[in-house]
Amino acid sequence: MPDANEDPPDLEDALLRRGTRTAAPSVIRSGRDSMTVELALTVFRQMLRTRALEERSIKMSKSGEAYFWIGGPGEEAFNVCLGLQVHKGRGPAYDYLHLHYRNAGILLAMGMPMIDHTRQLAMRKTDAHSWGRNFVGHYAIPDWNVVPVTSVIEVQYAMAPGTALVQKRHGLKNPNENEGISIVIGGEAGTAEGDFDSCMNWSTRPGRELPVLMLVTNNKFGISTDLDTVHTHRPIVDRAEPYGIRHEITDGNDPVAAWAAIDRAMRYCRRERKPFLLEALVSRLHGHSSSSGAQRNWNDLDPLAAFEQKLIDARAIDTPAVQALKDDAKAEADAAVVQTMTEPEPTREDVYTHTYAPSAVDSVYPLDYTGLPRAR
Amino acid sequence: MASIAQAVRMALHYGETHLGVTDVFGEDVGPPLGGVFTATQGLKTAWNTPLDERGIMGTAMGIAYAGGRPVCEIQFCDYAFNVLDLFKVAGNQRWAGAGTFALPMVVMTPNGAGIRGSLYHSHSFESWASRLAGWKVVMPSNALDAYGLMLAAIKDPNPVLVLLPKALMRAKDTRLIPGEPADPEELSRMIDAPIGDRSNWEPQWPEVGDYTVNIGSAVLVREGTAGTVISYGRPLPLCAQAADELARDHGRTFDVIDLRSIFPYDWDMLSKSVLKTGRVLIVNEDTEVTNFGEHLLRRVIDEHFYDLVTRPRTLLGKHIPGIGMNQNYETNSVPQLGDVRAALWDLATEAA
Repeated sequence: MPDANEDPPDLEDALLRRGTRTAAPSVIRSGRDSMTVELALTVFRQMLRTRALEERSIKMSKSGEAYFWIGGPGEEAFNVCLGLQVHKGRGPAYDYLHLHYRNAGILLAMGMPMIDHTRQLAMRKTDAHSWGRNFVGHYAIPDWNVVPVTSVIEVQYAMAPGTALVQKRHGLKNPNENEGISIVIGGEAGTAEGDFDSCMNWSTRPGRELPVLMLVTNNKFGISTDLDTVHTHRPIVDRAEPYGIRHEITDGNDPVAAWAAIDRAMRYCRRERKPFLLEALVSRLHGHSSSSGAQRNWNDLDPLAAFEQKLIDARAIDTPAVQALKDDAKAEADAAVVQTMTEPEPTREDVYTHTYAPSAVDSVYPLDYTGLPRAR
Repeated sequence: MASIAQAVRMALHYGETHLGVTDVFGEDVGPPLGGVFTATQGLKTAWNTPLDERGIMGTAMGIAYAGGRPVCEIQFCDYAFNVLDLFKVAGNQRWAGAGTFALPMVVMTPNGAGIRGSLYHSHSFESWASRLAGWKVVMPSNALDAYGLMLAAIKDPNPVLVLLPKALMRAKDTRLIPGEPADPEELSRMIDAPIGDRSNWEPQWPEVGDYTVNIGSAVLVREGTAGTVISYGRPLPLCAQAADELARDHGRTFDVIDLRSIFPYDWDMLSKSVLKTGRVLIVNEDTEVTNFGEHLLRRVIDEHFYDLVTRPRTLLGKHIPGIGMNQNYETNSVPQLGDVRAALWDLATEAA
């Protein structure tokens, strides 16, 4: 494989250095944690795809193909490592996901096609998550237990104990299906809402503890407000102490550390059937949303660039291969957008649809909402 | 002959034994108390929650998302205001999620004044609730309807809010729920928990049967020609009584309609009655700005303006910050029997 950084062959140590390159590294390390090269490259590729999709999404919001963008550039490392470890499926034997609106990386890693994201961003009727009704990133996927994402901050933390309660009960009756957990995620600013404490309180009723994996991605800002001005300077995870909830802080920008932390937290929730609070320190590379311009913030560490450097330094990959992956990801995102923009928009006939599920005990709306009640 | 509280209890028992109800929960809903109005005594799936309405609503949503059938209680509707956004989310999730998830959940909560409850045990919630698109909202005025509407709420795969008129919770019906023993004292011995230590008590449930009042179906409780009276919940018996008195004393008869469902409401029945009488009075105890009755008034005006022989009108609770503890506050701010009777008389006698 050609290498632009290859040393000239006449250096004294050239022979030795070529020798180490032939023995491919088997693991990528970060502190006490490590990850196989094979897994690291999978994570890296999914991070690249997520970044390509987010950057194309921001472009759509500026080009008129979409109106509003919000997402998670800067959270790719943590989100991809999470998505790859989810027990994916439908029903209480599998994990429930209570997400917020910065989680494209989780779902791309789980296998969601990019076009499922761009259809929502472009408000198409083909958007399976919302028929063009909701902001981008507001996913709803019953086959993967991804319950509908809402813009209302932190309400997902009030719901997670409910799915976890059903999962715990299901596992007690079905010992072979006793590892499903409820994963709930939000930002650090949202922890100011009472629902964050509701989740901890409802998950720790004595003898009735619940398998809730509480995740907080801490980018240190709520829209424009610096966390340090509105929250005690003690870590978010300290809030778990009075509930006796096990907790950990991890570097969410480091995939090796994040993968291991998620693995530890998940194993605890799955086996102990109790809650865990994991705080991940992450970057916010394009601000809050398109409403604040979505300009690139060059001051925060870029987890993608950092991991790329780490993999190249470890000789797990080289720059041409990186470029090829980036080109593939960009082409994939471009193709999704091109296809999306050919697809139909919702019409006035679609306004009422999906308000109600069909009901055998409703005299007015047996099938769905049809406008104000009428005379028969 | 059951009370509304007993009827709700029997409906929930039927729900957990026949309709797949998995959880009945809320503050003081489980043993030993079984609900502050005793509506959940003896139920096998009833449990107590932290004092946290947001947790109650959120957990109900989670249980429903995961395939359970929850019935949760907000202890008094006065304490539902801090979960309005969760009501909104539960109501819009199906529409917002393009029908991907159903949310079969029931919330029940006591509603309105009449128990000397002061400011925070006297609110009415139906006008707020009528703005929660995606929800269905019902309010019985008697025990049999409470049973039938609760079964409908459980069977319906959408979020349903059951508002229970506080002041009528112990009011006995003259009719029997299918399977209910005819002797009310026998029913009480079977399903009312004893006073004092009840740790070894178990209810002896009667073999109650299926009886469903469809959502969106009103009922004509009095029939007449002098006017149409539309009400529900606590003031409904007052409307019926006032109509009986005016029929007896003055020969004026009224259509008295128990709406039973706030949304969807039975426009078909309202419309036909208005066409017949040309005179309309809407009665409820919620505050008058902005009141669900005003929406009905708007529809009457929009669709029956030229069918009316006199101005359509409302008799509603006064727009004040709360119900005061001294009884003089309540009697002068919430429609009373005398107010209803006078309003009916005016409705019937105003020159066309």
